[in-house]
Amino acid sequence: MISSAVLRGIGSLARTRTAFTAPLAVRCYSHAKVETDEEFDSRWVTYFSKPDLDTWELRKGMNTLIGYDLVPEPKILDSALRACRRLNDLASAIRILEAVKDKSGPHKEIYPYVIQELRPTLQELGISTPEELGIHKV
Amino acid sequence: MLASRALVRGLQSGFWRRVSTSSAAWAAHTHDIDVVDCSIPQYNNRLDTPLPDVPFVRNLSAEQKKLKEKEKGSWTQLTKEEKLALYRLTHELSYAEMRQGSKEWMTVLGGVFIFLGFTGLLVWWQRVYVYGDVPHTLSEESVAQQTQRMIDMRVNPVHGFSHKWDYEKKQWK
Repeated sequence: MISSAVLRGIGSLARTRTAFTAPLAVRCYSHAKVETDEEFDSRWVTYFSKPDLDTWELRKGMNTLIGYDLVPEPKILDSALRACRRLNDLASAIRILEAVKDKSGPHKEIYPYVIQELRPTLQELGISTPEELGIHKV
Repeated sequence: MLASRALVRGLQSGFWRRVSTSSAAWAAHTHDIDVVDCSIPQYNNRLDTPLPDVPFVRNLSAEQKKLKEKEKGSWTQLTKEEKLALYRLTHELSYAEMRQGSKEWMTVLGGVFIFLGFTGLLVWWQRVYVYGDVPHTLSEESVAQQTQRMIDMRVNPVHGFSHKWDYEKKQWK
């Protein structure tokens, strides 16, 4: 006749043992919410759309964005180019286009696509691409 | 000898420094600024930093100031040359210029080979004029006597030296 206390003890021991032998499918990932691509894009579009964005914020935003392991979406770049326009900075606008081309690396089809998407904005604001100015090669 | 070698190296490094930077960059490098003030933001050419902290040209001439004023208006009014001028005011090197390599490696490799060759000449001179004669035991006659003795002693008879000698025919197998 085993006492109830001992039975309770065995029961809890059995419980802990099942926790140790949990199936591999249950991994210990962080519980933080993963940002979707759309959220990322809209966050950056909002950043550059700030009406009173100053030059430091533009530079910081752009340098950070280029630091990420991705090529920014045309809509983010559109927002950034308009920010350059508000700050009367044509050189930075051209520099941003150069940076996008550089960021695409071996994927040569990305840059023409981005320029194609940005063409209306480039025409509206009067921004020339690096190719039009001849600085795309030495 | 050592002093002249140091002099040659000093001249060569001065030569290389001028060769490896273009004359325009060299002029920009040496004008006005003796010591770079690291306590204030500096301009830099980096692929991962498209917009540097400060523009490349800080002290604008009257003409450049006028161009900057024109920049505040519509950019469709600017000519290609003006746009290019604005770009060059803010940035020293374009991305393509940053990415281009130089031919410096050829100079370096050539210099290495020159010095190796020179060292080879020195070593040769040393071999001829500094080292004495080689021991007499390395003469042909002495080596023949030594080999005969090794065969007589049956050195390494199983797999090695004497194994290769045919004792009946008195010749190498």
